Amino acid sequence: MAVVFERPKALCDVPLHYCPGCTHGIVHRLVAEVIDEMGIEGDTVGICPVGCSVMAYNYFNCDMIEAPHGRAPAVATGVKRTNPDKFVFTYQGDGDLAAIGTAETVHAATRGENIVVIFINNTIYGMTGGQMAPTTIPGQVTQTTPYGRDPQLAGYPVRVSEMLATLTGTALAQRVAVDSVPHIREAKNAIRKAFENQRDKKGFSLVEVLSTCPTNWGMTPIKALERLREEMIPYYPLGVYKDITEGGNK
Amino acid sequence: MAKMTVRAERCKGCGLCANACPKKIIEINKEKRNKAGYFTAECIDENACIGCAMCAMMCPDCCITVEK
Amino acid sequence: MKGNEALAEAAMRAGCKCFFGYPITPQTELAAYMAKNMQKNGGVFLQAESEIAAINMVLGAASTGVRAMTSSSSPGISLKSEGISYIAGSDLPCVIINVERGGPGLGGIQPSQADYWQATKGLGHGDFHLLVFAPASVQEMVDMVVKAFNKADEYRMPAMILADGLLGQMMEPVTFPEIAVEMPDKSGWAADGHKNKREHHIINSLYLTPEELEKTVVDRFARYDVIKEKETDAELYLTEDADIVVCAFGATARVVKSAVNDAREQGIKVGMFRPKTLWPFPEKEVQKACANASKVLSVEMSMGQMVDDIKLALSCAKPVEFFGRTGGVIPTPAEVLEKIKAMGGNN
Repeated sequence: MAVVFERPKALCDVPLHYCPGCTHGIVHRLVAEVIDEMGIEGDTVGICPVGCSVMAYNYFNCDMIEAPHGRAPAVATGVKRTNPDKFVFTYQGDGDLAAIGTAETVHAATRGENIVVIFINNTIYGMTGGQMAPTTIPGQVTQTTPYGRDPQLAGYPVRVSEMLATLTGTALAQRVAVDSVPHIREAKNAIRKAFENQRDKKGFSLVEVLSTCPTNWGMTPIKALERLREEMIPYYPLGVYKDITEGGNK
Repeated sequence: MAKMTVRAERCKGCGLCANACPKKIIEINKEKRNKAGYFTAECIDENACIGCAMCAMMCPDCCITVEK
Repeated sequence: MKGNEALAEAAMRAGCKCFFGYPITPQTELAAYMAKNMQKNGGVFLQAESEIAAINMVLGAASTGVRAMTSSSSPGISLKSEGISYIAGSDLPCVIINVERGGPGLGGIQPSQADYWQATKGLGHGDFHLLVFAPASVQEMVDMVVKAFNKADEYRMPAMILADGLLGQMMEPVTFPEIAVEMPDKSGWAADGHKNKREHHIINSLYLTPEELEKTVVDRFARYDVIKEKETDAELYLTEDADIVVCAFGATARVVKSAVNDAREQGIKVGMFRPKTLWPFPEKEVQKACANASKVLSVEMSMGQMVDDIKLALSCAKPVEFFGRTGGVIPTPAEVLEKIKAMGGNN
């Protein structure tokens, strides 16, 4: 028998600290698989956010930097501008990228910074125990929206892929999900494309990954996948919002 | 002939693998806990495994190996 | 050459490979000079979207082992304080220029020294220090920027040039010494891609185990003790027989020196102590300078900040008075002389 599926080399062989059923681990693996397949581990520098994936520096075998909250795209800019031959990616959650780090995200995109941004959207702040995120859906109950998010009070969610697709510097803005095997395959293709864009010097590539947080949603891991499908995908439709590459139709 | 192997000490028993298995041959064994205290996943009918690796694709802890 | 431009030119000659900044008066010429020349020298100039982004770009570049720099003025330095704390906590070298202006808040745009406390005691959360250099001339700005890069690398910590709007805007002749760039080997820690030849490097300031965090901080402070021992620097001017020693740093020291000279002409025994490093503070040097004095005066462009460090260094054994102007007002030699006389300074 031959091995048809095993842990990618770019993922360190250590236990992940994430809660049972949290899909961060799936996305980590997809990034690591792409790094393996492109053979770029030795030339890659990853930037971690503040949030649940703050310790992703322990999980990727490439060189890693832990950025202040929301500043990963600025840190990545500093790395990439001084090391243009390296592959640089950030891995950020919704609070990190779309609240405190909005300016860094938007400006890295509009400069066409030649980096990859992996954006985990699970509609909640996980690390701090389940508060409203900029992506929390109207009506969603969180610790800081105990009666459900009321847009009159708390404003509306940010649709990051759509927003960044409006910027000239953005090469790729694509929303994917990790709730099912077909979606996971699509997600991996998107991540691969993002890294290839960087290799081909196309500019800023964002892959938004709809993800789950069973613990803070108060659901079983399987129910959480159902919520992702039934509540999140209708509000955050999957798809390619911008793709400037040849064959990309947007 | 195919085989899925769960690295039990890394499994958190979330059940996403069992949920994804098209042959429904993965279960969370409620008899045994690993060192971290989790019940862990296992294949209950090795002969029925088709090696599709859907369990491994869904596993958030990357603790499933599939051979074929 | 203008002070701000001299800083920029010296930084490039010191091997600075990238500059990330954001416009703010009165340091703008520095960024403009970098924009004009950095790329020609094979480096990177980037105008960031904010001071916060600029310091984090420095963090990223410094993580890969290149010499990185940012500059700003008081309100902008406050914005950078988050990043500076992370840089210190990650043991990264870099150089930060503060061309101070009046505060607090938006304050004003005229020269000030009211960021002394910020630079030497509180530039961000947590237990840490920066190396702080205080030039008093355009030539010294050149010399200190080179030293700042070398020492930042040597001790793996951020270094600051604490200048003020007066020095930044001042024009003086300057020579650029043949600069020996001391670039230490950073391959043991830099996160610049492991090329499959070593373990991965992690640049990080997070330690969730209290004992582990305590150890990193204690180790860092052990390094600070070495720095306190080795890196203090000060100018002592006519202090040996001085009855009154006037302490001042930066542009204020130029005013004080004039006042001291005027006083000496009138037969008053006055000297000047000028720290060139504000952290580490030259405690032994100030003790030496004031050894024979009966009174000490601190003159600053603030409401009195360095004066505390002088009192501490002298263990309050001598009366230490203060004279200052703030908000962008520059004290005059005549005002300082008047104060010296009021203190009973005589021959």
